[in-house]
Amino acid sequence: MPENENYREIEITVFRYNPQDKDSTPEYQTYTLTETPGMTLYIALIQIWSKMDHDLSFDFVCRAGICGSCSMVVNGKPRLACKTRTNEFEDGKITLLPLPAFKHIKDLSVDTGNWMNAMSKKLESWIHTQEETDLSRIEKPVDPEVADEVFELDRCIECGICLASCSTKIMRDDFVGAVGLNRTARFSIDPHDQRTDEDFYELIGDENGVFGCMSLMGCEDHCPKNLPLQTKIAYMRRKMVKVK
Amino acid sequence: MKIIYTDALVVGGGLAGLRSAIAARDKGLDTIVLSMVPVKRSHSAAAQGGMQASLANSVKGEGDNEDIHFADTVKGSDWGCDQKVARMFVTTAPKAIRELAAWGVPWSRIGKGERTVVINGKHETFNERDEAYGLINARDFGGTKKWRTCYTSDATGHTMLYAVANEALKRDVDIHDKKEAISIIHDNGVCHGVIVRDLINGELIAYVARGTMIATGGYGRIYKQSTNAIICKGIGTAIVLETGIAELGNMEAVQFHPTPIVPSGILLTEGCRGDGGVLRDKDGYRFMPDYEPEKKELASRDVVSRRMIEHIRKGKGVKSPYGDHLWLDISILGREHIEKNLRDVQDIAISFNGIDPADEGPKGWMPVLPMQHYSMGGIRVKPTGESTTMKGLFSAGEAACWDLHGFNRLGGNSVSEAVVSGMIVGEYFAQYCHETHLNTNTSVIEGHLEAQINYLKEILSYDGGLNIFDIKDEMRSIMQEKVGIFRNGDDLLEAVHRLEALLKKTKEITVESKSLGNNPGLNEAYRVPKMLKLALCAAKGALQRTESRGAHYREDYPKRDDMHWLKRTITTWENPEDTLPSIHYEEIDIMEMEMPPAFRGYGRKDSLIENPMSAQREAEIEEIRKTLGTVDRFTIQEALLDYELPGKLKHKNERVGVGYA
Ligand SMILES: Cc1cc2nc3c(=O)[nH]c(=O)nc-3n(C[C@H](O)[C@H](O)[C@H](O)COP(=O)(O)OP(=O)(O)OC[C@H]3O[C@@H](n4cnc5c(N)ncnc54)[C@H](O)[C@@H]3O)c2cc1C
Ligand code: SF4
Ligand code: FES
Repeated sequence: MPENENYREIEITVFRYNPQDKDSTPEYQTYTLTETPGMTLYIALIQIWSKMDHDLSFDFVCRAGICGSCSMVVNGKPRLACKTRTNEFEDGKITLLPLPAFKHIKDLSVDTGNWMNAMSKKLESWIHTQEETDLSRIEKPVDPEVADEVFELDRCIECGICLASCSTKIMRDDFVGAVGLNRTARFSIDPHDQRTDEDFYELIGDENGVFGCMSLMGCEDHCPKNLPLQTKIAYMRRKMVKVK
Repeated sequence: MKIIYTDALVVGGGLAGLRSAIAARDKGLDTIVLSMVPVKRSHSAAAQGGMQASLANSVKGEGDNEDIHFADTVKGSDWGCDQKVARMFVTTAPKAIRELAAWGVPWSRIGKGERTVVINGKHETFNERDEAYGLINARDFGGTKKWRTCYTSDATGHTMLYAVANEALKRDVDIHDKKEAISIIHDNGVCHGVIVRDLINGELIAYVARGTMIATGGYGRIYKQSTNAIICKGIGTAIVLETGIAELGNMEAVQFHPTPIVPSGILLTEGCRGDGGVLRDKDGYRFMPDYEPEKKELASRDVVSRRMIEHIRKGKGVKSPYGDHLWLDISILGREHIEKNLRDVQDIAISFNGIDPADEGPKGWMPVLPMQHYSMGGIRVKPTGESTTMKGLFSAGEAACWDLHGFNRLGGNSVSEAVVSGMIVGEYFAQYCHETHLNTNTSVIEGHLEAQINYLKEILSYDGGLNIFDIKDEMRSIMQEKVGIFRNGDDLLEAVHRLEALLKKTKEITVESKSLGNNPGLNEAYRVPKMLKLALCAAKGALQRTESRGAHYREDYPKRDDMHWLKRTITTWENPEDTLPSIHYEEIDIMEMEMPPAFRGYGRKDSLIENPMSAQREAEIEEIRKTLGTVDRFTIQEALLDYELPGKLKHKNERVGVGYA
């Protein structure tokens, strides 16, 4: 990194707590560092970790906005930390909290994997078909537009930001959230999946599913993949209402 | 003491690990997958550009088949690969992609009628065949004769990984994430499982199984600049090395990708060039055609990366605070194409560099520089995926060296390999677990567990005052500067000495927090020595290999030397106290090749030391062909090289217009 006296100092305040350690108490810790061009919260936190505080916990994997690991609350908004540039914050003060709605592990680290796997299982988030595929044969043709539509919804990275932005999730821990409802919408339009609306009703036709959503739009506003969550939830709701 | 028993244990939840776990579950085995991170966050998710399989659906892929995919792969590897494994791979790849399609991967499909693409800087229009409508589409990639790389926009790895992970969940594969394997349990040359550190609370757990599969991905993070996720530290590979028995292969074979973005090192997929993007220098000049008149930007990655550095060395690089770089220009593809097919690339360039690559002219050019990207080397295994020297230990995917890629892998061949090896090796692994009874006792397991607890305590007791992060940074710089794209004897010797000294210094550190629980400082303290061992394997292997092959380029030995170096580097770590690896070699027999060594068709023409056996084998092949007379390509192939595949995987693959021919 180039040294330059014009670079400003920034203050990053981090929520520190280890719920597994009886002696640990929740507290905020502030670190001051020099901002370099193009600095992201990934670069900043790695710098804090390697130079100032080896004990700081957080979750980065791809550091490119692709894997969905690094969601946290940045100055009040749930975001992917690796895609957040520090120069967005004019006063140079950034406060980081762990993502709510998931089990807290330590500091900025939360357990998303187990929740997402349980959600995927509960919603049977895989292709259901009676057809046997002979792997030597030419694949089943799919209309290119339909494939693109499925892809569009398949882009969800299970980052959990929609849940952290959701009022229903706060009240109902078992609510499958936009991530789950988007997933069912994805399978319902996939031509490989033979499930009927009745089948999907079994999975999401209740208050923990599509009828739990209060259409407050927090999910869509914050989704880093810009998924059309409200439209898709509304689409599933219309389908489910018909089943009823 | 916590011990968990299962039938099949898979370490690693990327494409290779999960697909293997599915194979094991389908045999009715209790299967556990361990992963450092939630499996859907594995590095496979980051693969952008696509997956190679010779479907030949698009007009631009017409005539493609296993033979051509095979030839591309062997040339790409610079004749370093195991041709038997390459055959197994190309035959299974079409089945793998069709399986993924049935599991819902929304592959981009072929539309009706006219299609406009950019080839060699110009727009070209052609018609797709009616009978191919709706079948899986493909794009062009480096080092391939046909358009063979299938894709879902530029999020291919993500959609593949989600489909495979969901299928694993469907089958009740037991997934334990935030678990890191830190040592292999073995006795009498047989593997019985792994010792795991729970990354949430620091607890050590013994996972014991009939068979163990290591599918932990690559070791790119031993380099300062790498496209790899930050978890790609090679810990799975290192713990195999630390058994002292199991072997690693070709650790010096490290791939550098031509177009990561500067400075973050985030990858811009090869699809950028595959779709028609070009490289430019400080004058905006497109320089690749001067170096590689035939394949231009689409020569293999090792060649393009070297040509780029060569050009920068001539003073043609663009100056920046982060050193010189070149430009990648995809604006010529048009906004519509970029926003549909290169969307993550656009997102990355905007988010991290403030550049919209769809903007026309220099404004949209993205700064790029070759960086570490892929680990061809890894755990040396037989074509069945089982370790050459340790029973019950299997490996697949990027972690393994079975050896599909030799000294350079082709873009798109890796996610393909991960799934294909999950199908093939997964099946052999499942068979092994099915037939084998657990044959160990608790004292062996407890002994291994005890040893790891003591090791972690020992680390916490070090009091030398050094910072493990400084040691790590120095290792990564040494690898970057001395064991990089261009290598030479002096630098490599220096690298080996300095890395060895660093390894010794890892005992002179102080870990601030003394907790055996969740302690990220302790994590690095036990990981860095393991990473250093891998770095030493790569550096020493590179020092001893006095030739240039694929991605391994020696300025002091610029020729590929088929007389002396048609061999695989095999590395072991004989004693825990050793500070250097031991190296020996495995001969590659030209007389068993289906395609004897020759010029690759790209790169320097004058840089070969030929082995007379190549001509001899070529003549022999000619003779075999003559004797066979007019027979189909399968009969010829079989006569030249024999290979096996489990179950239905060896069946012929159907293609549009040609059936099973
Ligand atoms: C940016 C980028 C783009 C790429 N694009 C393409 C492409 O377009 N086409 C292509 O063919 N290839 C591409 N590749 C390469 C390809 O993505 C990888 O080689 C492939 O996905 C590796 O899969 P894998 O299953 O072997 O390993 P990974 O997906 O890396 O999975 C490794 C798994 O092991 C786990 N693990 C690691 N260590 C341990 C441990 N000690 N204990 C427990 N678990 C552990 C991890 O948590 C993870 O689950 C790309 C690579 C990069 C870096
Ligand atoms: S729907 Fe959007 S916000 Fe929710 S998990 Fe998926 S990507 Fe994240
Ligand atoms: S680290 Fe992968 S999305 Fe941020």
